[in-house]
Amino acid sequence: MVLKPTLGDLKTIGYYLGKIIIGLGMTMIFPIACALLFREINPLYDFTISILICLIFGQALTMLCHTEKDLGWMHGMVVVSLAWLIAAVLGAIPFYFSGHWKSFLDCVFDSMSGFATTGLVLVRDLDHISRAVNIWRHVIMFLGGQGVVVIALSFLVRGSAGAFRMYVGEARDEKILPNVVETSRFIWIVSITYLVLGTIALAVTGKMEGMSWINSFFHGVCIFMAAFDTGGFAPQSQNLLYYHSLAYEVITIVIMILGAMNFKLHYTVWLKRRKEIADNIETRTFFMTAMFTFFLLAIGLNKLGVYPDALGLFRKGFYQLISGHTGTGFQTIYARQFIHEWGALALIALTLAMALGGGVCSTTGGIKMLRIGVIFKALYNDVKKIMLPEAAVFVEKYHHIKDVVLEDRQVRSAVLISFCYFGLYAVGAIIGMMLGYPALAALFESTSAAANVGLSCGITTPAMPAVLKVTYILQMWIGRLEFMSVFTLAGFFIAFVRGK
Amino acid sequence: MRNPRGREARDVGRGTWDVKRETPPFFRPASCVFRLSLLLSVAYCLSSVSYAQTTVTSTELIERAKELNGKEVSYQGEAIGEAMARGEHFWINVNDGNNAIGVWAPDNFLSVISFTGGYTAKGDWLEVRGVFNRACKMHGGDVDIHALALIKAREGKAVTHRLARGKHTLIVILLGAFICLSILQLLKKRLGKK
Repeated sequence: MVLKPTLGDLKTIGYYLGKIIIGLGMTMIFPIACALLFREINPLYDFTISILICLIFGQALTMLCHTEKDLGWMHGMVVVSLAWLIAAVLGAIPFYFSGHWKSFLDCVFDSMSGFATTGLVLVRDLDHISRAVNIWRHVIMFLGGQGVVVIALSFLVRGSAGAFRMYVGEARDEKILPNVVETSRFIWIVSITYLVLGTIALAVTGKMEGMSWINSFFHGVCIFMAAFDTGGFAPQSQNLLYYHSLAYEVITIVIMILGAMNFKLHYTVWLKRRKEIADNIETRTFFMTAMFTFFLLAIGLNKLGVYPDALGLFRKGFYQLISGHTGTGFQTIYARQFIHEWGALALIALTLAMALGGGVCSTTGGIKMLRIGVIFKALYNDVKKIMLPEAAVFVEKYHHIKDVVLEDRQVRSAVLISFCYFGLYAVGAIIGMMLGYPALAALFESTSAAANVGLSCGITTPAMPAVLKVTYILQMWIGRLEFMSVFTLAGFFIAFVRGK
Repeated sequence: MRNPRGREARDVGRGTWDVKRETPPFFRPASCVFRLSLLLSVAYCLSSVSYAQTTVTSTELIERAKELNGKEVSYQGEAIGEAMARGEHFWINVNDGNNAIGVWAPDNFLSVISFTGGYTAKGDWLEVRGVFNRACKMHGGDVDIHALALIKAREGKAVTHRLARGKHTLIVILLGAFICLSILQLLKKRLGKK
């Protein structure tokens, strides 16, 4: 028998949602400060209206649903999945006011793309957008990368079992520190430290590459936020190609890889256990899959003679590959070049890299390296078991921060999530094909959306069908939350309708 | 954005390819046959020129990149972002409304540009003549145009954004609602304590 959620359940969910919405509204202070700094009057009004809407909505929810009850597992998961949807809608309001998007659906698309750190865009005339809106596009990536709930956990919600349930619902099942609030704060400390260092590096490079100080600093902040949070937005319509700079590309590769690393690994390295980088199953798997997919990609590009020399092949091929593998989505080529020039093999290799993703408990999307590593380790051990005498007993282990005994439960979970991802990629691809797009292009774009990458082969434009926009929005949302909280939300609605 | 050398930009100097064709006096014969042959030869010259420099859009450059690779093209668009100086050359990205293409030009053309497009300005509309590269060897495989000539077809301008109507009123209403809610919450808390 399915139990119908009670009014108390709804109140608990509403109360925590309200808190998260207030937290989200407060983050609009950044674009407001930017609008004041650059004297952009219309964006200043737009963000003031948006912040007020968030505060009113959040405050009304916390008032109406006030409760002292802590969150249960079901509540935590439902709060997280709803919070991401509401964040995408509320975050889209300033976009809509700016007039740079064709419809509110397009605004929600870009907002979800930002929060989910995807990087697919439907914005029009990006080169003439205000700095305040531009900074907001990147701030939502930064917030989404750390996690919308992590914001609330860090500042608004006291550390409790319920807080941990929300943290897990946001696709982060690893606690770095014993307390979940401390973990959230550590994630912020890491991110802000890198933000300062990365921005300085990019700003100095930008200046050396011929930009003015103001622009180099502004672009530095934006590009850092998009790179570290493996987002992929950029302040100009050409994305990273705008800079025509090798130095900029090298720095962003480093930042993208840092962003794709597990925060727990960052913590271990901060504790001066640098050997962990070489020993960790995730970094090893990432290195191997990156090399394998690059090998395939290089064969594909070389066979078609796409680039005149090895440097060109490496600079373009390796950059898009790392951008795809880390789930960032920065592009130094035009979207249509994938289709017209790259050929099937290179495109398949890049799609595979996008599907795999980066580290767990990082800002990246996709299946993730720990799961891939665990599956391959299990496969290797099964083969090894067959080769050994039947009486032989051995313990299967892998190294992830510490030596961990490989259990069937972990392998099953890794395989299950991987299958869910493949299913999600396939659903988007099938819908794309049904709407008339070629199979490979549809699969590429669908994988990019569901794995929160943001590389585009040209399907994602304001002119694409609304059905596909909604499909990609859902893919980005489900892919970012890694299924469980979305499944729980679906179960919650079913229980609400059919429960007794 | 105003170029620091903006004042010089009106003067179409050595950085442009705007050639004024004036007919010298000795080319004014009375005979009709001569005029006709002159007309035909000019037409022939113009047709060969148009063959050598294909006028293209950014979409064509991307979609027909293999075909146009290494050819001299003529491309028009708005200068966006900012001109980025690199030694004796500079990069300027030129957007024709669909995509922006990077143009690599000698720094003597820098004086042509007065405004670059952004939130506060409409950039100059530039006409670029140059060699198109599908995967430029010099620039790590970039799609670009190496400019041979650059002229400003239309000067850009600073853009003033007026405050949209109704936003003021909306803010006042929302602020009122927010204050009311805050007072209500405060009262609720106090009553709850009692």
